[in-house]
Amino acid sequence: MGHGHDHDEDRSELDPMDVRVRALETLLTEKGYIDPAALDELIDTYQTRVGPRNGAQVVARAWVDPEFAEWLRTDATAAIDSLGFQGRQGEHMVAVEQTDETHNLVVCTLCSCYPWPVLGLPPTWYKAAPYRSRAVRDPRGVLGEFGVTLRDDVDVRVWDSTAEVRYLVIPQRPTGTDDWSEERLAELVTRDSMIGVGLPLNPDTVDAGASA
Amino acid sequence: MNSSYVSHADLGGTTGHGPIEHEREGVVFPHHWEARALALTLAAGAPGGWNIDMSRSARETLPNYLDLTYYAIWTAALEQLVVDHGLVTTAEVEAGHGLGPGDASRRVLRVEAVPAVLTSGGPVNREPRSPARFEIGDRVRTRADHVDHHTRLPAYVSGQIGVVERVHGAHVFPDTNARGLGEQPQWLYTVVFDATDLWDDAAPGQRVSVDAWDSYLEPAT
Repeated sequence: MGHGHDHDEDRSELDPMDVRVRALETLLTEKGYIDPAALDELIDTYQTRVGPRNGAQVVARAWVDPEFAEWLRTDATAAIDSLGFQGRQGEHMVAVEQTDETHNLVVCTLCSCYPWPVLGLPPTWYKAAPYRSRAVRDPRGVLGEFGVTLRDDVDVRVWDSTAEVRYLVIPQRPTGTDDWSEERLAELVTRDSMIGVGLPLNPDTVDAGASA
Repeated sequence: MNSSYVSHADLGGTTGHGPIEHEREGVVFPHHWEARALALTLAAGAPGGWNIDMSRSARETLPNYLDLTYYAIWTAALEQLVVDHGLVTTAEVEAGHGLGPGDASRRVLRVEAVPAVLTSGGPVNREPRSPARFEIGDRVRTRADHVDHHTRLPAYVSGQIGVVERVHGAHVFPDTNARGLGEQPQWLYTVVFDATDLWDDAAPGQRVSVDAWDSYLEPAT
């Protein structure tokens, strides 16, 4: 290896997967099955437009608008659609709320099911064997690895996404944010808190510049 | 009839996979080729005509599934799907070039169609043909037998008793859809289990649910 005829700018020329994927792309393009510009558009969509900031908007709206929160409980697909997020891998949405009694956690033990319109593409760990195998059997241990320790009297509820229903966790609104705007609240909502492996950011640690 | 279907992807409750390697929010494609592999897979579905259950079946049956990273799994499955569905030949995949013309009648995902295709997605709910067999609160037992094809009932709940918590409507049935036998929609339920019923070493106060199609379930007393 090492004498490939790749002539790319800054990517690894030695990664055999890079060579293999490019060969497949070349083949399918030559045969007229692929519009390479469509690939660029797909990548750009999930790299820059569809990601966890969408879900953060959903959560922040739920925090400030009880009617929206109720809509999420009864028809999450429609409620989320009303904010402009819908489609592939989010066709059938269910929102599950963290409470003082129950902590929710989402996994896909069989593959990598994940609510793309609100969270974007899943992170590598979500798709890998360690998380997929253990989240159902030892969720408290998994949460510990993410730095989350629950009180002993909090039940853990794991949602294994085995069908086309996609789950979005609605974390609890941090205390001390009563006068915060929806936009600022969204900044507290992390990707991990919407999977259930994390909590929202502590409002005290977030830039207080806008609090005047 | 093939009698040796093995999924290597049914990982729930299995052990020995090591620690979780966390990744900060914002990393979408750690490697450039992963982005191309994702996009290629999404785009190739148009000319290929396969459905999501066929894709999952192709991925989970890769013998070296557990040795591969996620987009390597996708790529290996795609190489197989494009041959199985008549887009290209094995020789062309090996050559990395076309050895003859493509089939001009196939559908192609054009750049201008991408936003609409992603926005509309592919809903799998269908008009039910009969009333739901179970309602919320019903106790059900899951199928215990191995089936010789793609299925979506994880082994860790196989033959276990749980409680119906949600009724989702009729959804496309992956077990038939993956084999080209049609959608044959069935009622879909969220069924919740006590973790201590599933594993001796599970801590109390933990429940886990799966989404299960009607034929995976029988009434439990």
